[in-house]
Amino acid sequence: MQSSTATPQSPASAAGPGGRRLGRRIRVRPAPRGRNRRRELAGLGYATPTAVVVGLLFLAPLVLVCWMSVNHWPLLGSPSVNFPHNYTSVADDSLIGNAAWFTVKYTLVTTVVLFAVALGLALLVQHPRPGVALLRTAFFLPAAVGFATASLLFLGLLSNAIGPVNPLLQDLGLINKPVDWITGSPGGALGSTVTLVTWRFAGFNMLILLTGLQAIPSELYEAARMDGANRLQTLRRITLPLLRPTIALVLIMMITGSLLAFDQFYILTKGGPDNSTTSVVMIIVRDAFVRFDLGAAAALSVVVLGILVLLNVLQLSLLRRREER
Amino acid sequence: MIRSRPRAVRRVLGAVLATFALTVSAACSSGGGSHTAGSGGSGSGSGGAAKGVTITLWTRAATQSQTQALVDAYNSSHANHVVITSYPNDQYPAKIASAAGARSLPDIFTSDVVFAPNYAAQGLWTDVSSRFASLSFKDKVAPSFIKAATNGGKLFAVPHDLDLSVMYYNKTLYKQAGLDPTKPPTTLAEYAAQARAVAKLGGKVHGTYEGGNCGGCIEFTTWPSIWADGGQVMNADGTTSSIDSPQATAVYQIYRSLFADGTMAPGAKQEDGTTWLSALQAGEIGIAPGPSSWLNLIEQKGVDIGVAPIPGVNGGTSTFVGGDVAGISATSKNADAAWDFLSWCLDDQAQVQVVAKLHEIIARTDLAQNQYAVKDPNVVTINQVLAKGQTPYALNFNATYNDPQSPWTTTLRGAFFGPSLAGALSSGQTAITASLKQQG
Repeated sequence: MQSSTATPQSPASAAGPGGRRLGRRIRVRPAPRGRNRRRELAGLGYATPTAVVVGLLFLAPLVLVCWMSVNHWPLLGSPSVNFPHNYTSVADDSLIGNAAWFTVKYTLVTTVVLFAVALGLALLVQHPRPGVALLRTAFFLPAAVGFATASLLFLGLLSNAIGPVNPLLQDLGLINKPVDWITGSPGGALGSTVTLVTWRFAGFNMLILLTGLQAIPSELYEAARMDGANRLQTLRRITLPLLRPTIALVLIMMITGSLLAFDQFYILTKGGPDNSTTSVVMIIVRDAFVRFDLGAAAALSVVVLGILVLLNVLQLSLLRRREER
Repeated sequence: MIRSRPRAVRRVLGAVLATFALTVSAACSSGGGSHTAGSGGSGSGSGGAAKGVTITLWTRAATQSQTQALVDAYNSSHANHVVITSYPNDQYPAKIASAAGARSLPDIFTSDVVFAPNYAAQGLWTDVSSRFASLSFKDKVAPSFIKAATNGGKLFAVPHDLDLSVMYYNKTLYKQAGLDPTKPPTTLAEYAAQARAVAKLGGKVHGTYEGGNCGGCIEFTTWPSIWADGGQVMNADGTTSSIDSPQATAVYQIYRSLFADGTMAPGAKQEDGTTWLSALQAGEIGIAPGPSSWLNLIEQKGVDIGVAPIPGVNGGTSTFVGGDVAGISATSKNADAAWDFLSWCLDDQAQVQVVAKLHEIIARTDLAQNQYAVKDPNVVTINQVLAKGQTPYALNFNATYNDPQSPWTTTLRGAFFGPSLAGALSSGQTAITASLKQQG
């Protein structure tokens, strides 16, 4: 953005007061027309692949899903407009209320636990010490495992029939009889899923927080230490305030990811026991691929998208307001 | 120098782009050519089957073995070649739906018979009414399957393989428990009494087992008891549930008491169908209902197993006539060749020399007393209950009964493990009816 003030400007862009002042200070000879054209073409060339990818993989599906949401859309055959039936059918779905409440509950629990663990790990490996590189690698390693694979791994580990967790805990004397962690109770199913997500994503979020931590100048810590600040005061007065942009990014990713949770429930709990871990995205998939009601699935997707956009706008505006202060 | 470099780069870039464009166009044209050649061989005329055509077929893992046997026999005796692709059971409906949306269905796809009404109504299969009417044995093909695959008076699929629900009892455990292995239960009360007798053996042995977290498993194994007592689970159109009936209450009262007193293995509460078979193969369950197609799989593990019909509370027997139908997808360009395979699967030779030889259930009522069936008393029992069985019909079957989020799954868990059987059946009937009436 800053470089644009040093580059030749078009008469229109330099017409404002700032532009006039700039024009007096720096006399820039207009570039030859051919060179300008080449630059424009080069810029276009650089932007085109991204624009094509965004257009094909984001904008086109987005427009399509919006169009589907106002149509009766059969698996085969021609769609027909039925607005607002698909949107009203979302409200009629008996599963959606429980699924929405569970998704919010899961988002709150996961975000708090995952953030606390990720920040704790980041603070643990913040300063270079012997063995820290090994710890960083070890903490990040689960991020290299695919999420579906990780879910299957936990399904096996926690299984009553073949998993090693129950025998291990029995040997240690922590449980008397095998516990059905995944489908035994709603609390157990939620706990198993949060554990899986924390194991899989804590290292990745730790890495992002670590980059934020390392961007804080060490002089500030030294000054705080000279002023007699203890560790807690340093964390509250220096680390957390300066880490705010990174924390905001991590929280946005965590909240968005949790609200769109699907894989872990589809593989690990199948939404059970008794629909207690059925997320909103599972309802979308059920509408589309079990009920074959693609229009209703699209309508619910649009509603979820709207909520996500609203949440992200709120989060970002809150962050900006604080930064401006 | 500065100006000449971009020019050179542009030339190289242009050459690369041109090469890429040529490669892509060549690849596209060759793909189109091969496609044309492939479909051209099918012959779109109505007379006779095409020769030397590759026919793609999708099926689900549960019934793959029988389909594979039919495909192998067909491929070895025909110029056409059927290529089979199998998908995990729970992912199969989603695979069909996404392929239909992308118009990339195979030439033939099979379906659980209870999902067939929905596929037929969605128009995913080609109308085969006239082709089927030309078969000499058209009146001898499993009638409940024909009904399930009929929509608006048109037939869209034909029976492919049958799977009945039966009662399996472990003869070794029966002897150890002092029971007569030649006398399986004739009422549901006897079933419970025999299960409790076996459970007394203790250790790892349990009296009975069920798929208590699996809508499909429970409907398959408990609805026959309701039918045997003269009850129904829903109306003939599949739009109104009648699960809150005296017959259903009596049936589920017996099952929930078996779980409550520990006769039923505790794993039954979480059983979603994935380890159901292995529980019976382990030889530690006294008596339990299951699919007839598992007979060989249980016997192969060395379990001395007996087969009996599923009884009602007051006697009588029935069975859930499940299995798969197969239809030609609406987007297939090889309809003639596909029908050649499907009609061959139903003829005498394939039904007896392939299906019956494997001790599987045949789809033709006129061939029940074939040379292989009469040799095995267990198969004779299975064939006998076939005539008393039912195949439930509902357009919205999967979402209502089989899906893990279905109202039936909630109902059955309440009926088996919940605090109130009456409450579970009453609220379940309302929720199931509401779901059945949603036609998408």
